[in-house]
Amino acid sequence: MEQFLQQLINGISLGSIYALMALGYTMVYGIIKLINFAHGDVYMLGAYIGYFCMTFLKLGFFPSLLISMIVCAILGVTIEKIAYKPLRDATRISVLITAIGVSLFLEYGTMFFVKPDPRSYPPLTGFLAESYSIGNLVIRAKQILIICITVILMVLLQFIVKKTRIGKAMRAVSLDRDAAQLMGISVDRTISFTFLIGSALAGAAGILVGIYYNSINPLMGMMPGLKAFVAAVFGGIGIIPGAMIGGYFIGLVEVMVSGYGNSMYRDAVVFAILIIILIVKPSGLLGKETREKV
Amino acid sequence: MEKFVKTSSKNVRWKASAVKWIVLILFYAIIQVLISTYIINDYIFSTFVTVCINIILAVSLNLITGFTGQFSLGHAGFMSIGAYTCALITLRYSTQFGFIGGLLLGAVLAAIVGIFVGLPTLRLKGDYLAIATLGMAEIIKILFRNVLEDITNGAAGLSGIPQFVNWTWLFIFTAGTVALISNFINSSHGRACISVREDEIAAEAMGINSTKYKVMAFVTGAFFAGIAGAIYSSYFYFISPDLFGFMKSIDILVIVVLGGMGSISGSVLSAIVLALISTYLQSFPELRMVIYGVLLILIMLFRPQGIMGSRELSLSDMKKWVQGIRRKNGGIA
Repeated sequence: MEQFLQQLINGISLGSIYALMALGYTMVYGIIKLINFAHGDVYMLGAYIGYFCMTFLKLGFFPSLLISMIVCAILGVTIEKIAYKPLRDATRISVLITAIGVSLFLEYGTMFFVKPDPRSYPPLTGFLAESYSIGNLVIRAKQILIICITVILMVLLQFIVKKTRIGKAMRAVSLDRDAAQLMGISVDRTISFTFLIGSALAGAAGILVGIYYNSINPLMGMMPGLKAFVAAVFGGIGIIPGAMIGGYFIGLVEVMVSGYGNSMYRDAVVFAILIIILIVKPSGLLGKETREKV
Repeated sequence: MEKFVKTSSKNVRWKASAVKWIVLILFYAIIQVLISTYIINDYIFSTFVTVCINIILAVSLNLITGFTGQFSLGHAGFMSIGAYTCALITLRYSTQFGFIGGLLLGAVLAAIVGIFVGLPTLRLKGDYLAIATLGMAEIIKILFRNVLEDITNGAAGLSGIPQFVNWTWLFIFTAGTVALISNFINSSHGRACISVREDEIAAEAMGINSTKYKVMAFVTGAFFAGIAGAIYSSYFYFISPDLFGFMKSIDILVIVVLGGMGSISGSVLSAIVLALISTYLQSFPELRMVIYGVLLILIMLFRPQGIMGSRELSLSDMKKWVQGIRRKNGGIA
């Protein structure tokens, strides 16, 4: 039982990180129907920016988090403007291949500058380095930190999407782009804003995974990126609460498989879940069936 | 009159295919002579092998992605099945017969896996299919790395695989793949595949069983990817699961996209061009991938149809091109 609770806590911490990334995937997919393969690499860059802020600029965790989110947001918008915007009317396959190109460019460009060897994150200090034990259960302060930051960001995101003008524009564009344009919504600005928010969340996820696992490398975004996408598909792509549920689910599954089975199988299990979901209910957990019209 | 036109067009077609055969045989003979006189050394020949393997992979993926319009990101998975099967068999039966048997068995196994993967996943469209095939390739990789560890030696991979691939085998399999797939595309099955790409609903309305043709293209592609994998394992002595990861699938996709989706000669051309570029960039592999990434973005931004688009390089086109040059130079047209 204790072991189960321990795994549950680890799973929720990891799931928070997946959920943050899945949100970016799901929002971008919802608005321009693109699997943004470069999203995992924005997350990687977020981790590196956090690393440089904390190691070389000697900043604390919270300023680093903020800087990392801002830089990633700018980066996300830049990527969108350079690589995706000229392809607004191109086929989906062209945009997808462009996304793969951006991803390769970011991964190997980063590798060229920072060298491929993994780097270890600076240890946290003060109250963030502590851990609390209840019986045999160990809860580390950084796990609480990860969960709290994720929840705060999600609440913030819900507020932006549901209550602000730009959030309303985002919902409108994802529902029907042409109609939104006719209503006077600037579609390009709304799409850029979506990339901005998604990339900021990925940046936050990057720095959180840095403090959680302590080790970062230029290719770290590939696998988690794909898994976060699985999470988004699981919850129903384009649906924000679905991405949150999916993220936590994938995180829990992964930790449980590693804890009770063989940690080498965790990727296989995640992809098996993906294939099963796609075959059984392609629209995802919260998605609605859509019919194809001729 | 009509009869005359028919026979003359047949005559032209016969002539064209004869020219193709002669060119191919000449090419084979020249390279063979160059190899036996050591003008082509082992280093150049290994580039040759890479080019040929990439041609097989790209042409087979082009059948799935370019001609049938089914976006697959798991081609390396099928390649790994062929590679492991052939390697395991030749490690036990180190004969020419073992090599060919292993190669064919690997290709058939890849095709069988293709059926099992294709039947459920090909109902999905576009991005979802891409992700599902990607997941499938990852699962195959984990299978070779962890589940079948006792036979495949896990992450360390298999080494010391006997080398049976020489220029003759390489030529037969590469030219054979290109010939078979281009014949397939020019057959009624191939036209059905193209119609599925153009408009699946319209194709269904015309009585084409789109699932059947999608699976057919997928399985054929998987079969030839298996052959490419087998050649890879037999030439390069060593295979490990990580060689056949996501990046390998992307590599193949880049060749197809650069050459033009729906153009066999484009795939062949871009496999050669990319092999030259990557040989040139071999001393700094990180930069190679950066350039790959930039290349992909630039192609999609400025020439989304690739080098050849969906056109093929043909003898009559080349004739026109040569004539055009002559005309420009003021010669007799």
